Amino acid sequence: MSDISNNIILVILVTSFATYLSRFLGVVSSEKIKDTSKIFKWFNCIAYSVLAALIARMVVFPAGELAESAIFIRLFVVVVSVVMFLFTKRNLVYPTVASAIMLAILNNYLSI
Amino acid sequence: MINSKYFFQGFKSIKGLDSPALALGASFIAIGALLKNIGFNLGQSIFSTFLTYALPGSLVMAESFLIGASLINIFLAVWLVNIRLYPMTVSLMPLLLHKSQPRWKYYLSCHFIAVSAWLIMKSNYQSIEKKHRIDFWIGIGTGTWSIAIVSTIIGFLASDYLNKDMMIGLAIVNPVYFTCMMVGAMKSLQISLSIILGAILGPAFFFISPEWSILYGGVSAGTIAYFVGEFK
Repeated sequence: MSDISNNIILVILVTSFATYLSRFLGVVSSEKIKDTSKIFKWFNCIAYSVLAALIARMVVFPAGELAESAIFIRLFVVVVSVVMFLFTKRNLVYPTVASAIMLAILNNYLSI
Repeated sequence: MINSKYFFQGFKSIKGLDSPALALGASFIAIGALLKNIGFNLGQSIFSTFLTYALPGSLVMAESFLIGASLINIFLAVWLVNIRLYPMTVSLMPLLLHKSQPRWKYYLSCHFIAVSAWLIMKSNYQSIEKKHRIDFWIGIGTGTWSIAIVSTIIGFLASDYLNKDMMIGLAIVNPVYFTCMMVGAMKSLQISLSIILGAILGPAFFFISPEWSILYGGVSAGTIAYFVGEFK
């Protein structure tokens, strides 16, 4: 038992170190980058596109529970939610709550 | 040390209609339940969110732990999936740097860099004087991080009551929230193009290399968008 739990603590420490590393190196680099520079602008574009890539991947090629739903259902839910977001003066509560309910229902009634 | 006025102004961003509380809550409830299912106890689950606070990293950790991957493999897999935090930090911290502020604030608060807090800071920093931005950011970070920890506890304790439908519902909330936030952030050609191209190239590169797809897709999309924006 104590072996497994020691192992879990190590796994957590390794995971958090691997995560903090990118944040830490980011601050180190930031000290030399001015917010008006071209390199800052370039990194800004990359940050947005990396996030967009990550989110698109979560929807198109999901891991875990989401993988058990059909892709057309997931895409439909995301599109409807974004439309809802735009039509409710950018309210984020309605689309997020609705998306969970929509996906759960559609997944039950349209599953293949 | 930390200006409480700006701290609380940032902390309060977890309330209101554009609050990340729901999305963060939903995904960390799922993480809490997942960690319980793979054999973590409550303390370990809290410790994990407390120290890591990055969703994809925790998912990768759980997967790797389940298949019994070595520590070095876990390190590499997590580092790779969380490397996006580097460009996110570099595109945020220069906006917060002020010579009157001590360095430790930056090195400690970079732990709060995660998609939700980052997007909120990006859409609000201009309304805060540069000198006080770091305190405002620490407020946002503390707020979002607290939600993640509390939700991990809720998910852990509620895991027996969460059925498959509820888990699937919880899992879509986060991508939907982020997609809406991204659509909301499309205010210039350069940023809009970065987001649209990233969303296309990210999944496209998945066919070439699943592990590297986010990095390849993101860097190429961001670079194209940057040059189109600069030379248009």
